Amino acid sequence: MTKTSSRPFVRGWPVVAAALWLSLPAHADVGQIKVATGQVFVDRNGQSLSGRVGLVLEADDVLRTGSDGSVGITMRDNSLLSAGPNSILSLERFEFDATTSEGRFDARLRRGTLAVVSGRIAKKSPQAMTVRTPSAVLGVRGTEFVVSVDE
Amino acid sequence: MNSLARHAALVVAALLAACAGPKETIVLLPNPAGQETAVTVTQGTREVVLARPYDAARLGRSGPEAFPSSAQQVQAGYGRALAAQPLAPAQFTLFFVEGKDEFTDESKRIVDSVFAEIARRPVPDVIVIGHTDSVGSDAANDVLSRQRADVVRAAFAARGLAADKVVAIGRGKREPAIPTGDGIAEPRNRRVEILVR
Repeated sequence: MTKTSSRPFVRGWPVVAAALWLSLPAHADVGQIKVATGQVFVDRNGQSLSGRVGLVLEADDVLRTGSDGSVGITMRDNSLLSAGPNSILSLERFEFDATTSEGRFDARLRRGTLAVVSGRIAKKSPQAMTVRTPSAVLGVRGTEFVVSVDE
Repeated sequence: MNSLARHAALVVAALLAACAGPKETIVLLPNPAGQETAVTVTQGTREVVLARPYDAARLGRSGPEAFPSSAQQVQAGYGRALAAQPLAPAQFTLFFVEGKDEFTDESKRIVDSVFAEIARRPVPDVIVIGHTDSVGSDAANDVLSRQRADVVRAAFAARGLAADKVVAIGRGKREPAIPTGDGIAEPRNRRVEILVR
């Protein structure tokens, strides 16, 4: 099973880790920034990185755009997420088996606007992808949609 | 309106806005591939299903409320987010000569289309997956499928695509495009699938 998750590394799992690494050469990432305009930041482990085109994303990353900013990302399961200005988008969980398309993808829009094209995870299993807003959970059944959260 | 009344009205408006909390809206878009799609909007125990293009829901204190939106409203409200959408991943298949890591003449032309697709993208990443037909052992086909993927990666490198942008994988005979019994020479299974993202 090729799997990328945000869970901390557990001691005693080196065999599993080796198996994951072997089956996922150079791709232990969850996605990549493909489009960025204006101010874009990625919050990771308490640090704020510049959200430039090409940055490889990790599970638990939080993407933020400024008042002139927008960002577009492609996830490993081919999901496309793009956010407009003044947005905060969290990649809360991403696990993906590239062979079986099984996995789990949970994202959260805290503020701003988001456009979503779902990918292989949602196509394989309609319960496996959700997008949360401050007050609702969106279930994704292989589809394109937009979400906004205005404060 | 005197200034006191006006001030009071502003305070009331501000309080109402604060009580309403964030304003949240969801709109289902048309699916270009024409497949059946839907988004479920669940707020507490209440659920609304958006199933037709431009079906929309806004979230209120009494649960999600459905309403019809439109292409114009979506463009006005979400134009910047939609403009930042990455190009959809593009998929190609190259076919190979039986038992060899040479691709067919027809497939050489497909390589040009792959490069056109790569050139459209500022930070392309490319995944190359080799496959075989079912002639031969698992071990031999694992090697051959990986060789096919490597040949494609080398062809890309020769045209200037850095090797670190390409992941090459061999899947042997495990995932035929056309299912066959064992030991069957099937040209459509001797292939390399290329995904450009």
